[in-house]
Amino acid sequence: MRNKIGIVVGCVLIMIWCLLPVAWIISLSFKSEAAITNGSPGFFPAEGGFAGWDNYQAVWDNEQFRRAIFNSIGISLIATVLSVVVATLAAYAIARLEFRGKKAVLSLSLAIAMFPVVSLVGPLFDMWRAIGLYDTWPGLIIPYMSFTLPLAIWTLSAFFREIPWEMEQAAQVDGATSWQAFRKVIVPLAAPGVFTAAILTFFFAWNDFVFGISLTSTENARPIPASLSFFVGSDPFNRPASLLAAGAVIATIPIIVIVLIFQRKIVAGLTSGAVKG
Amino acid sequence: MAAITMSNIVKQYGDGFPAVNDVSIDVADGEFMILVGPSGCGKSTLLRMIVGLEDITDGDMMIGDRRVNDLPPRERNLAMVFQNYALYPHLTVYENIAFPLRLAKTPDEEVDKLVREASATLELDEHLERKPGNLSGGQRQRVAMGRAIVRQADAFLFDEPLSNLDAKLRGQMRTEISRLQKRLGITTVYVTHDQTEAMTLGDRVAVLKRGVLQQLATPRELYENPGNLFVAGFIGSPPMNFLPATVEGTTVDLPFGKVEIPADKAERAAGKGLLIAGIRPEHFEDASLAAEDGRTGSTFRATVDVVEWLGNETYAYLPFESPDEVTGQLQQLEKDLDGESLRTQLVVSLDGASRIAEGEEAEIWVDGRRVHLFDPSTGENLTVDRERAGRIPGAEATTG
Repeated sequence: MRNKIGIVVGCVLIMIWCLLPVAWIISLSFKSEAAITNGSPGFFPAEGGFAGWDNYQAVWDNEQFRRAIFNSIGISLIATVLSVVVATLAAYAIARLEFRGKKAVLSLSLAIAMFPVVSLVGPLFDMWRAIGLYDTWPGLIIPYMSFTLPLAIWTLSAFFREIPWEMEQAAQVDGATSWQAFRKVIVPLAAPGVFTAAILTFFFAWNDFVFGISLTSTENARPIPASLSFFVGSDPFNRPASLLAAGAVIATIPIIVIVLIFQRKIVAGLTSGAVKG
Repeated sequence: MAAITMSNIVKQYGDGFPAVNDVSIDVADGEFMILVGPSGCGKSTLLRMIVGLEDITDGDMMIGDRRVNDLPPRERNLAMVFQNYALYPHLTVYENIAFPLRLAKTPDEEVDKLVREASATLELDEHLERKPGNLSGGQRQRVAMGRAIVRQADAFLFDEPLSNLDAKLRGQMRTEISRLQKRLGITTVYVTHDQTEAMTLGDRVAVLKRGVLQQLATPRELYENPGNLFVAGFIGSPPMNFLPATVEGTTVDLPFGKVEIPADKAERAAGKGLLIAGIRPEHFEDASLAAEDGRTGSTFRATVDVVEWLGNETYAYLPFESPDEVTGQLQQLEKDLDGESLRTQLVVSLDGASRIAEGEEAEIWVDGRRVHLFDPSTGENLTVDRERAGRIPGAEATTG
């Protein structure tokens, strides 16, 4: 019994620790701008300081913000799809085939994952301007892909290695080509891995700030984290904190939606029953 | 349906180790062929070469009149049941069975008809909509068989299909497989390490040791006329007893005493010095019971170490000392059979009515006509009846 109380108290403490900033930003987003400027320390808005949905309305009406949301969704989704497709094929090859340089591919991809993002921004900025990728969607999709691929490959090859090889051989004996065996048997079995990789990739792309702010200059391709930092209200000396808070809340919604959708697909133990365990 | 002909099949791995060495087996159309041997004898490799999951280093693999050495598995039209079943966990039982048909782009109506036929045969009707994960071991086994029988394959291949089941279910499925094969009359190659399965299921049995075919014969021929020490030791449970022996005239001198053997057998073993005699446990009997039945043969007296009474029969264990010349050979044999010999002892199977007790000196009768004599250096059975021993590779050259 005492043990149980301890667990509950611990959980509550951790929840408060993690969720307080989130709760606070939601609270901020419902306060009026004037109330924040005048100082409104309470969690709930003071008398007359409640803004209702006004801040959300204002943010959403902002053309710049809508473009940024659109850019972020588009760029992140394309980067995720491309990265997962390439990673699935690469991971399958790494898990199943014996070829020269397999170790090299794996360690190289790990090395890329460990490379500090900031050190690449300068050269990329120069290159992208020279090739004409600066301030375009591909200009962001390419670096996102190259930074998420290693993680996706490692995750997926671990999943592929778990799938008994007999599954594939059974499919081949049943009359499948290698491609059919891959598509109809291996990929469905690796689905939890594919969705895990997809979520990780999407997070990375969605949350990125450094590339987003350095490789873009206009609403053409600027994603939401970068855009929020450019978000200045009518008074340049008085940052519209409540509007920013509303923007930040809106920016987290797609992440929550994506996680909820994919979470249902990540069902552990999907392979149970394939073989005598 | 088709015959499968393997001629001089060799499988050599990258390091030059021959997993299968110059094996020739012909499986007739509709025949139930068993590949048996201890682990590492190459039986599974051979099966995987038939189905196309392993490359063939040398030799010819013919299915019907097609040479299939270089064909991928999907073009060989064979059905295989894997040791761990390899069911598709994301598909229902129905779709698992239908999988080969779907790949062949069979129209839906026909798929439905064939799947329901197969499921009726295997009594899977009430499980068709379930996923393999929710089935018991025996049911999964039947789904794996359903996937094999649903299409008109040229042959069935089984890779130790029963080794994951418990003893009772294994017995039932064994009968089931036998019945199914008889009914469908389809060529079948079945790999097992279990000599009971080999004896009960097979029309013919191929015994392999370290990639080399030892003997290819019917179960009865293997049991009664083993071609060499290895086959003799592998087939039969409890295994054949091996004793040091010398032949003088028609008498064999064993550690326990002298046994009279038929003249033709004695003649073939004459002048070879120290030999190994092989006698199956059931060819011994309590001398008093044998005398009642009026059976003729030699008797000897020995001290019984342990007695195991099983109701219908009794196993008695009689320790003996064996000379160094044959000990090495017998230990090597034990190693080949995946066993470990703790001591040299004679196992005799007596009638359940026998009253022999532990620690007593008992009189044991032995059937001299059933004694086999093996050459200790080559392991060859000197007393084999070649007419009734199937095919023994290596021995063919000398006898034509």
